[in-house]
Amino acid sequence: MLVVILLAVFLQTLTTSSQNLFGSSFTPLVVHAEQTQPAQDEFVPIDELPPEDQLPAAPLLIAAYAFAWIALLIYIWSLWRRLGSVERELADVARRINNRAD
Amino acid sequence: MIASRWFPVLAVIAMVFFAGAPLMIARAPYESTMGLVQKIFYFHVPAWIAMFLAAFVCGISSAIYLFKGKKLADHLAVAAAELTILFGLIGLVTGPLWARKAWGLWWQWDARLTSALILWMIFVAYQLLRQYGGPGSDKLAAGMALFGMANVPFVYWSVNVWRTIHPTTNVVPTLVPGMSEAFFWCSAAFILMFILTLSARVKLECHRAAIDRLYLSLDD
Repeated sequence: MLVVILLAVFLQTLTTSSQNLFGSSFTPLVVHAEQTQPAQDEFVPIDELPPEDQLPAAPLLIAAYAFAWIALLIYIWSLWRRLGSVERELADVARRINNRAD
Repeated sequence: MIASRWFPVLAVIAMVFFAGAPLMIARAPYESTMGLVQKIFYFHVPAWIAMFLAAFVCGISSAIYLFKGKKLADHLAVAAAELTILFGLIGLVTGPLWARKAWGLWWQWDARLTSALILWMIFVAYQLLRQYGGPGSDKLAAGMALFGMANVPFVYWSVNVWRTIHPTTNVVPTLVPGMSEAFFWCSAAFILMFILTLSARVKLECHRAAIDRLYLSLDD
Protein backbone atom coordinates (compact mmCIF):
# COMPACT_ATOMS: atom_id res chain seq x y z
CA MET A 1 0.00 0.00 0.00
CA LEU A 2 2.81 2.37 1.01
CA VAL A 3 4.65 1.59 -2.21
CA VAL A 4 1.55 2.47 -4.23
CA ILE A 5 1.18 5.82 -2.40
CA LEU A 6 4.86 6.65 -2.91
CA LEU A 7 4.57 5.74 -6.59
CA ALA A 8 1.51 7.98 -6.94
CA VAL A 9 3.33 10.90 -5.26
CA PHE A 10 6.34 10.34 -7.52
CA LEU A 11 4.17 10.31 -10.64
CA GLN A 12 2.33 13.43 -9.43
CA THR A 13 5.67 15.23 -8.99
CA LEU A 14 6.73 14.16 -12.47
CA THR A 15 3.56 15.42 -14.08
CA THR A 16 3.71 18.83 -12.40
CA SER A 17 7.40 19.37 -13.08
CA SER A 18 7.34 18.43 -16.76
CA GLN A 19 4.11 20.18 -17.77
CA ASN A 20 1.62 17.34 -17.80
CA LEU A 21 3.80 14.59 -19.13
CA PHE A 22 0.97 12.08 -19.39
CA GLY A 23 -1.36 14.51 -21.12
CA SER A 24 0.99 15.38 -23.95
CA SER A 25 3.38 12.58 -24.83
CA PHE A 26 4.80 10.04 -22.46
CA THR A 27 8.32 9.86 -23.87
CA PRO A 28 11.55 10.41 -21.98
CA LEU A 29 12.89 12.26 -25.02
CA VAL A 30 10.59 15.21 -24.36
CA VAL A 31 11.92 15.53 -20.82
CA HIS A 32 15.47 15.27 -22.12
CA ALA A 33 14.82 17.99 -24.71
CA GLU A 34 13.48 20.35 -22.02
CA GLN A 35 16.46 19.71 -19.78
CA THR A 36 19.00 20.53 -22.48
CA GLN A 37 17.95 24.22 -22.37
CA PRO A 38 20.90 26.19 -20.95
CA ALA A 39 20.33 26.95 -17.28
CA GLN A 40 20.29 30.59 -16.34
CA ASP A 41 22.63 31.16 -13.43
CA GLU A 42 22.83 34.98 -13.53
CA PHE A 43 20.08 37.52 -13.03
CA VAL A 44 18.92 39.66 -15.91
CA PRO A 45 18.76 43.40 -15.16
CA ILE A 46 15.26 44.82 -15.51
CA ASP A 47 16.18 47.14 -18.37
CA GLU A 48 17.55 44.19 -20.40
CA LEU A 49 14.32 42.20 -20.25
CA PRO A 50 12.30 41.87 -23.45
CA PRO A 51 9.53 44.53 -23.64
CA GLU A 52 6.72 41.98 -23.12
CA ASP A 53 8.28 40.93 -19.78
CA GLN A 54 8.86 44.45 -18.50
CA LEU A 55 6.50 45.81 -15.90
CA PRO A 56 5.82 49.57 -16.00
CA ALA A 57 7.03 51.21 -12.77
CA ALA A 58 4.91 54.37 -12.91
CA PRO A 59 1.54 52.77 -11.98
CA LEU A 60 3.16 51.00 -9.00
CA LEU A 61 4.85 54.22 -7.85
CA ILE A 62 1.64 56.23 -8.22
CA ALA A 63 -0.36 53.53 -6.40
CA ALA A 64 2.14 53.51 -3.50
CA TYR A 65 2.13 57.29 -3.03
CA ALA A 66 -1.63 57.57 -3.56
CA PHE A 67 -2.24 54.89 -0.93
CA ALA A 68 0.04 56.59 1.62
CA TRP A 69 -1.58 60.00 1.08
CA ILE A 70 -5.14 58.63 1.13
CA ALA A 71 -4.50 56.52 4.26
CA LEU A 72 -3.07 59.54 6.11
CA LEU A 73 -5.87 61.86 4.98
CA ILE A 74 -8.60 59.36 5.92
CA TYR A 75 -7.02 58.89 9.35
CA ILE A 76 -6.75 62.66 9.96
CA TRP A 77 -10.37 63.12 8.83
CA SER A 78 -11.53 60.28 11.11
CA LEU A 79 -9.56 61.70 14.04
CA TRP A 80 -10.99 65.18 13.45
CA ARG A 81 -14.56 63.80 13.33
CA ARG A 82 -14.08 61.70 16.48
CA LEU A 83 -12.56 64.65 18.33
CA GLY A 84 -15.45 66.91 17.29
CA SER A 85 -18.02 64.35 18.40
CA VAL A 86 -16.32 63.74 21.76
CA GLU A 87 -15.93 67.47 22.45
CA ARG A 88 -19.64 68.01 21.74
CA GLU A 89 -20.55 65.14 24.08
CA LEU A 90 -18.21 66.48 26.75
CA ALA A 91 -19.81 69.93 26.56
CA ASP A 92 -23.28 68.35 26.68
CA VAL A 93 -22.55 66.26 29.79
CA ALA A 94 -20.88 69.22 31.52
CA ARG A 95 -23.96 71.35 30.78
CA ARG A 96 -26.28 68.67 32.22
CA ILE A 97 -24.20 68.52 35.39
CA ASN A 98 -24.30 72.29 35.71
CA ASN A 99 -28.09 72.29 35.21
CA ARG A 100 -28.49 69.70 37.98
CA ALA A 101 -26.31 71.74 40.31
CA ASP A 102 -28.40 74.91 39.71
CA MET B 1 0.33 66.31 24.92
CA ILE B 2 1.59 69.17 22.74
CA ALA B 3 0.59 72.60 24.09
CA SER B 4 -2.34 73.90 22.02
CA ARG B 5 -0.36 76.95 20.81
CA TRP B 6 2.39 74.71 19.38
CA PHE B 7 0.01 72.34 17.62
CA PRO B 8 -0.88 74.67 14.67
CA VAL B 9 2.79 75.61 14.24
CA LEU B 10 3.81 71.96 14.05
CA ALA B 11 0.87 71.20 11.76
CA VAL B 12 1.99 73.90 9.31
CA ILE B 13 5.58 72.59 9.40
CA ALA B 14 4.32 69.04 8.75
CA MET B 15 2.18 70.28 5.84
CA VAL B 16 5.20 72.05 4.35
CA PHE B 17 7.24 68.85 4.63
CA PHE B 18 4.52 66.72 3.04
CA ALA B 19 3.88 69.27 0.29
CA GLY B 20 7.62 69.45 -0.45
CA ALA B 21 8.08 65.68 -0.40
CA PRO B 22 7.05 65.03 -4.06
CA LEU B 23 9.46 67.75 -5.18
CA MET B 24 12.35 66.28 -3.18
CA ILE B 25 11.53 62.78 -4.41
CA ALA B 26 11.32 63.93 -8.04
CA ARG B 27 14.73 65.65 -7.71
CA ALA B 28 16.39 62.59 -6.17
CA PRO B 29 18.59 60.65 -8.62
CA TYR B 30 17.45 57.37 -10.17
CA GLU B 31 18.80 54.15 -8.69
CA SER B 32 20.80 52.32 -11.39
CA THR B 33 19.20 48.84 -11.26
CA MET B 34 15.63 49.52 -10.12
CA GLY B 35 14.95 52.84 -11.81
CA LEU B 36 11.74 54.71 -11.09
CA VAL B 37 10.18 52.15 -8.74
CA GLN B 38 12.99 52.66 -6.19
CA LYS B 39 11.38 56.01 -5.35
CA ILE B 40 8.70 54.14 -3.35
CA PHE B 41 11.49 53.81 -0.76
CA TYR B 42 11.08 57.50 0.25
CA PHE B 43 7.66 56.82 1.78
CA HIS B 44 8.08 53.10 2.56
CA VAL B 45 11.02 53.38 4.97
CA PRO B 46 9.81 56.55 6.78
CA ALA B 47 6.44 54.81 7.29
CA TRP B 48 8.27 51.94 9.01
CA ILE B 49 10.34 54.41 11.07
CA ALA B 50 7.10 56.02 12.28
CA MET B 51 5.65 52.56 12.91
CA PHE B 52 8.64 51.50 15.02
CA LEU B 53 8.47 54.79 16.97
CA ALA B 54 4.77 54.22 17.60
CA ALA B 55 5.43 50.64 18.73
CA PHE B 56 8.10 51.85 21.18
CA VAL B 57 5.83 54.59 22.54
CA CYS B 58 3.02 52.06 22.93
CA GLY B 59 5.28 49.50 24.65
CA ILE B 60 6.96 51.95 27.04
CA SER B 61 3.63 53.60 27.95
CA SER B 62 2.09 50.18 28.51
CA ALA B 63 4.95 49.26 30.86
CA ILE B 64 4.40 52.49 32.80
CA TYR B 65 0.67 51.75 32.97
CA LEU B 66 1.26 48.15 34.09
CA PHE B 67 3.80 48.96 36.80
CA LYS B 68 2.72 52.44 37.95
CA GLY B 69 -0.97 52.43 36.98
CA LYS B 70 -0.89 55.88 35.37
CA LYS B 71 -4.00 56.45 33.24
CA LEU B 72 -2.29 59.00 30.99
CA ALA B 73 0.25 56.33 30.03
CA ASP B 74 -2.63 54.04 29.06
CA HIS B 75 -4.15 56.79 26.88
CA LEU B 76 -0.77 57.26 25.21
CA ALA B 77 -0.49 53.51 24.61
CA VAL B 78 -3.94 53.30 22.97
CA ALA B 79 -3.13 56.27 20.73
CA ALA B 80 0.28 54.89 19.75
CA ALA B 81 -1.16 51.43 19.01
CA GLU B 82 -3.60 52.94 16.52
CA LEU B 83 -0.75 54.79 14.81
CA THR B 84 1.34 51.61 14.72
CA ILE B 85 -1.44 50.05 12.67
CA LEU B 86 -1.75 53.09 10.37
CA PHE B 87 1.95 53.47 9.59
CA GLY B 88 2.43 49.69 9.46
CA LEU B 89 -0.36 49.46 6.90
CA ILE B 90 1.34 52.08 4.72
CA GLY B 91 4.60 50.09 4.96
CA LEU B 92 2.87 46.78 4.24
CA VAL B 93 1.10 48.14 1.15
CA THR B 94 3.94 50.21 -0.35
CA GLY B 95 6.48 47.37 0.14
CA PRO B 96 4.74 44.82 -2.12
CA LEU B 97 4.16 47.52 -4.76
CA TRP B 98 7.92 48.01 -4.87
CA ALA B 99 8.64 44.28 -4.65
CA ARG B 100 6.40 43.45 -7.62
CA LYS B 101 8.77 45.37 -9.88
CA ALA B 102 12.07 44.82 -8.04
CA TRP B 103 11.66 41.11 -7.16
CA GLY B 104 8.97 40.08 -9.62
CA LEU B 105 6.57 39.06 -6.84
CA TRP B 106 4.24 40.80 -4.45
CA TRP B 107 5.16 38.94 -1.28
CA GLN B 108 7.83 36.57 0.01
CA TRP B 109 7.48 34.67 3.28
CA ASP B 110 11.01 35.54 4.39
CA ALA B 111 12.18 36.64 7.83
CA ARG B 112 11.74 40.41 7.34
CA LEU B 113 8.35 40.41 5.69
CA THR B 114 6.87 37.74 7.93
CA SER B 115 8.14 39.29 11.18
CA ALA B 116 6.91 42.74 10.07
CA LEU B 117 3.47 41.29 9.34
CA ILE B 118 3.43 39.56 12.75
CA LEU B 119 4.43 42.84 14.45
CA TRP B 120 1.57 44.63 12.71
CA MET B 121 -0.87 41.86 13.65
CA ILE B 122 0.15 42.09 17.32
CA PHE B 123 -0.98 45.72 17.35
CA VAL B 124 -4.17 44.88 15.46
CA ALA B 125 -4.82 42.29 18.18
CA TYR B 126 -4.09 44.98 20.80
CA GLN B 127 -6.77 47.23 19.28
CA LEU B 128 -9.29 44.39 19.00
CA LEU B 129 -8.64 43.50 22.64
CA ARG B 130 -9.17 47.12 23.73
CA GLN B 131 -12.32 47.38 21.63
CA TYR B 132 -14.04 44.10 22.48
CA GLY B 133 -12.12 42.65 25.45
CA GLY B 134 -14.40 44.06 28.14
CA PRO B 135 -13.33 45.00 31.68
CA GLY B 136 -9.71 44.20 32.51
CA SER B 137 -8.62 44.06 28.88
CA ASP B 138 -6.48 47.19 29.36
CA LYS B 139 -3.89 45.30 31.44
CA LEU B 140 -3.93 42.31 29.10
CA ALA B 141 -3.49 44.60 26.09
CA ALA B 142 -0.62 46.40 27.88
CA GLY B 143 1.16 43.04 28.23
CA MET B 144 0.59 42.39 24.54
CA ALA B 145 2.06 45.81 23.66
CA LEU B 146 5.24 44.88 25.55
CA PHE B 147 5.60 41.80 23.34
CA GLY B 148 4.92 43.96 20.30
CA MET B 149 7.66 46.39 21.28
CA ALA B 150 10.09 43.53 21.97
CA ASN B 151 9.46 42.30 18.42
CA VAL B 152 10.70 45.57 16.85
CA PRO B 153 14.48 44.90 17.14
CA PHE B 154 13.96 41.42 15.67
CA VAL B 155 12.13 42.88 12.67
CA TYR B 156 14.87 45.48 12.20
CA TRP B 157 17.80 43.05 12.46
CA SER B 158 16.11 40.17 10.65
CA VAL B 159 17.60 41.25 7.30
CA ASN B 160 21.14 41.09 8.71
CA VAL B 161 20.75 37.80 10.57
CA TRP B 162 18.68 35.60 8.24
CA ARG B 163 18.96 35.00 4.51
CA THR B 164 16.32 37.20 2.92
CA ILE B 165 15.78 38.97 -0.40
CA HIS B 166 14.88 42.20 1.39
CA PRO B 167 17.63 44.90 1.34
CA THR B 168 19.71 45.05 4.52
CA THR B 169 19.91 47.88 7.08
CA ASN B 170 22.99 49.09 5.20
CA VAL B 171 20.92 50.93 2.57
CA VAL B 172 20.12 54.14 4.50
CA PRO B 173 23.70 54.83 5.77
CA THR B 174 25.07 54.44 2.23
CA LEU B 175 22.58 56.67 0.38
CA VAL B 176 24.20 58.99 -2.15
CA PRO B 177 23.74 62.80 -1.91
CA GLY B 178 20.40 63.71 -3.42
CA MET B 179 18.83 60.47 -2.27
CA SER B 180 19.72 61.09 1.39
CA GLU B 181 18.17 64.59 1.41
CA ALA B 182 14.90 63.27 -0.02
CA PHE B 183 14.94 60.38 2.45
CA PHE B 184 15.56 62.56 5.54
CA TRP B 185 12.99 65.10 4.33
CA CYS B 186 10.31 62.38 4.04
CA SER B 187 11.39 60.86 7.37
CA ALA B 188 10.96 64.25 9.06
CA ALA B 189 7.51 64.58 7.45
CA PHE B 190 6.43 61.19 8.79
CA ILE B 191 7.88 61.78 12.27
CA LEU B 192 6.12 65.16 12.49
CA MET B 193 2.88 63.55 11.32
CA PHE B 194 3.35 60.85 13.96
CA ILE B 195 3.85 63.44 16.75
CA LEU B 196 0.83 65.49 15.64
CA THR B 197 -1.57 62.59 15.21
CA LEU B 198 -0.36 61.03 18.46
CA SER B 199 -1.02 64.28 20.28
CA ALA B 200 -4.54 64.62 18.81
CA ARG B 201 -5.31 60.95 19.52
CA VAL B 202 -4.18 61.25 23.16
CA LYS B 203 -6.44 64.31 23.50
CA LEU B 204 -9.35 62.22 22.16
CA GLU B 205 -8.64 59.47 24.70
CA CYS B 206 -8.39 62.00 27.57
CA HIS B 207 -11.75 63.52 26.54
CA ARG B 208 -13.34 60.05 26.48
CA ALA B 209 -12.03 59.36 29.98
CA ALA B 210 -13.37 62.75 31.15
CA ILE B 211 -16.82 61.90 29.71
CA ASP B 212 -16.81 58.56 31.57
CA ARG B 213 -15.96 60.36 34.82
CA LEU B 214 -18.70 62.93 34.25
CA TYR B 215 -21.31 60.23 33.53
CA LEU B 216 -20.30 58.48 36.75
CA SER B 217 -20.67 61.71 38.70
CA LEU B 218 -24.07 62.22 37.03
CA ASP B 219 -25.20 58.77 38.23
CA ASP B 220 -24.14 59.47 41.85
